[in-house]
Amino acid sequence: MNFWNNPVQFISQWLTGVFAGWGMADWVASLLIQLIGVVVLASMMMVIDIFLVWVERKVVARFQDRLGPNRVGPFGLIQPFADIIKLLIKEDITPDGADRVVYNLAPIMSLMSVLLLWAIVPLAPVIFGVDLNVGALYIIAAGAIGTLSIIMAAWASNNKYALIGAFRQVAVLVSFEVPMIATLLIPTILARSMGMNDIVQAQDVWYILVVPLAAIIFMITAIAELGRTPFDLNEAESEIVAGFHIEYTGMKFGLFYAGELLHAFTFGGFWAILFLGGYRLFGLENLGPLVAAVILFAKALFGYWIIMWIKYTLLRIRIDHMLAFNWKFLTPLAFVLLMVVALMNAILPHNNMLVYVAGMLLSNILLGWIVIEILRVHSRRERERVEGKNQMIEVAHR
Amino acid sequence: MQNEWLYVGLFLVVGAIIPAAAIIVSWIISPKKPNPIKQSTYECGMETVGENWVQFKAQYYIFALVFLVFDVETVFLFPWAVALGKLSLFAVIEGIIFILILIAGLVYTWRKGMLEWV
Repeated sequence: MNFWNNPVQFISQWLTGVFAGWGMADWVASLLIQLIGVVVLASMMMVIDIFLVWVERKVVARFQDRLGPNRVGPFGLIQPFADIIKLLIKEDITPDGADRVVYNLAPIMSLMSVLLLWAIVPLAPVIFGVDLNVGALYIIAAGAIGTLSIIMAAWASNNKYALIGAFRQVAVLVSFEVPMIATLLIPTILARSMGMNDIVQAQDVWYILVVPLAAIIFMITAIAELGRTPFDLNEAESEIVAGFHIEYTGMKFGLFYAGELLHAFTFGGFWAILFLGGYRLFGLENLGPLVAAVILFAKALFGYWIIMWIKYTLLRIRIDHMLAFNWKFLTPLAFVLLMVVALMNAILPHNNMLVYVAGMLLSNILLGWIVIEILRVHSRRERERVEGKNQMIEVAHR
Repeated sequence: MQNEWLYVGLFLVVGAIIPAAAIIVSWIISPKKPNPIKQSTYECGMETVGENWVQFKAQYYIFALVFLVFDVETVFLFPWAVALGKLSLFAVIEGIIFILILIAGLVYTWRKGMLEWV
């Protein structure tokens, strides 16, 4: 057993030896080692979170043809630390009539829900918090706590704008969770397991090449769940100023912001795990667990970059359009895709990888083409209906 | 098995302590000069009219009902999906019929005009 092959186990064995040397009971030692593991992983995510602020600001600047932070430190890398110090020494204003307990608990839960998600992320074959056998359900469960924190924040701040924002967020949650669950079922079917590590191990061919439609739908629903543009109605500046975090100042606002960024990065990571092969990259992951972790983070950053790309390109859409888009388009499509994948999985031979992948891919492309054709016919009919009405109005005017 | 959930529980605790620590540090070092105007409810400079905890019309409650059906159904679908590789074609088609019944429910709601924002 050497450090480079299995760092986590190496360190934990070493620590077990050390603790045993101190005369510690076995269960205390194992609990303490787990606690150390949790603290290391959680604080690592917090450090990454700090740099995500820099990444986000730099990328949005490039999208908007600006330079972004470039004064504090090399490439502005120290900027987020300056921001944190500023947030820490800001006065903390609690509005009149706020429910203090819930008000203070909401930002904590917002960040906690995201950190919880990292418990099941496999950074490498041997580096993971815990390999739950119900990983896919865990993503949905822990992800929903973030929405709960938004509702708590809005209700406790004693503000009408905040309440409106939370109402919208609930509408988004109850809608977009349905296609998200349906698309989470698809990697589960292909990998025959809900565990994240099993799903990564099963991806000899990346699932984005097997079921591209599912990858696209998962990305859309993830963005909706995150509440980022084009689905950021819960914090639409032009109508309800800042939505649920309108009354938050200083570090509490900072925690919401950090939670949102880390949430986006996390879903980029899950997207990479479910559809881009996680820590696997053409056998490079065999070089060592640390290389595999770097690969995963690179892929997570790629997913995060796509989320940012969509955020800074598209406009916010109206809430009725958003719900119609979900219930009349995404949900039926996701379930039809689920049925197609289940059926193809039963029909196609599993021993011949090429035929299996090609069959899946072709069925996906066919389904996508049919959907686009249906949309084309529908929109043409709709356009003719509207134009016909306009012509009649014109005739009447003459 | 138990250890796994212990780990998640530890994560829950540590995940709550880290942001709580940030808030506490900020509470210790930040200035505290409250005044009534500063703490009034923010509404773009307007005075708040009436109660703040007002009742809204939740236009999407039908959506929430449909969501409830779909959410419960996925609890049945996850075991089916995990075991799909071992199932016979018959069981696969049974699962598909199950999904079709659900979609029929969605179509019914749609035809009833309940998927409109009112």
